[in-house]
Amino acid sequence: MITLTHYLVLSALLFTIGLAGIMTRRNVILILLCVELMFNAANLAFVAFAKSLGDPSGQVIVFFVITVAAAEVTVGLAIAILMARRLSTLNADEVSLLKW
Amino acid sequence: MAETIFFYLFAGLALIAALLVVTSRQPVHSVLSLLVAMFCLASLFVLLGAYVIAALQILLYAGAVLVLFLFVIMLLNLDRETLARTRSFTLRGAGTLVALALGMSLVRIVARAMAGRSVPPVPEQTGTVERLAQLLFTKYLLPFELTSFLILAAIIGAITLARLKDSDR
Repeated sequence: MITLTHYLVLSALLFTIGLAGIMTRRNVILILLCVELMFNAANLAFVAFAKSLGDPSGQVIVFFVITVAAAEVTVGLAIAILMARRLSTLNADEVSLLKW
Repeated sequence: MAETIFFYLFAGLALIAALLVVTSRQPVHSVLSLLVAMFCLASLFVLLGAYVIAALQILLYAGAVLVLFLFVIMLLNLDRETLARTRSFTLRGAGTLVALALGMSLVRIVARAMAGRSVPPVPEQTGTVERLAQLLFTKYLLPFELTSFLILAAIIGAITLARLKDSDR
C-alpha cells in the first residue's frame, strides 16, 4: 500500500538531488535544469497532499508552479545566451560583475 | 498491488534519471535524463489521480521547457574546451555533503511527522478538467489572471535581453 509518506520521501529525495546539482555544477544551463528538478519535486508533494486531503487545490497550485517555471526558464535562458555571447563563458563562477 | 509495483518502478526510474541529470558530463545528456524524470513524474501524477496535471507536465515541461533547453544548448554549440571549463566542480564534496545532510533531515522530518498519523480515508477525487477549471475560475481567479501578467513580463524580458546590442551597454 503506497501512502502519502512514500510520495513525500520521494519528493524530498528528488529535491535533495536537485539541490546537490545546484551546489556542485557550475554550468548555468545545468543549474537551471536542477532548479526545474526541484520544482518538480515540490509539485509531486503538492499533488500527493491534494490526493491525501481530498482537496484539488493542490493541483491548481501545481498549475501555477508550472507556469512560473516556464516564465523563469524563458528569462534564465535568455540571460545564459547573453552570457555566452558577451562574456564567452557559461561558468557561473567566472561571472562576478555584480560582486562588489 | 499494481499500484505498488508501478510506484516503485517509476520512483526508481525518476531517482536514477535525476542522478544522471546531476552527474552526466554532457549538457544534452542532462536534458534528456530530465525528460525521463519528467515522464516518470507524470506517471506518478496519473497514479495520484491528477490526470490534467500529468498531461500539463508532459505538454509544458517535456514539450516546451526542455525543448527550449535543447534549443539553447544547440544554439550555443559549446566546444569541448568551453565545456571542460564549466565542468570544474567547485566545492563538489562540500556541496554534496550539505545536500545529503539536508536530504536526510527532510526524510526524517517527513517520517516523524507521518509516523503516528493515520490519514482518514477521503472520497476519491480525481483531477478532471471540470473540477480543476471550477476551482481555477472561482477561488483562484485572481492568481490565474496574474499569471498572464507574469508570462507577458517574461516574454518582454526575454525579447529585450535577446535584442540587446553591444552599443546599448
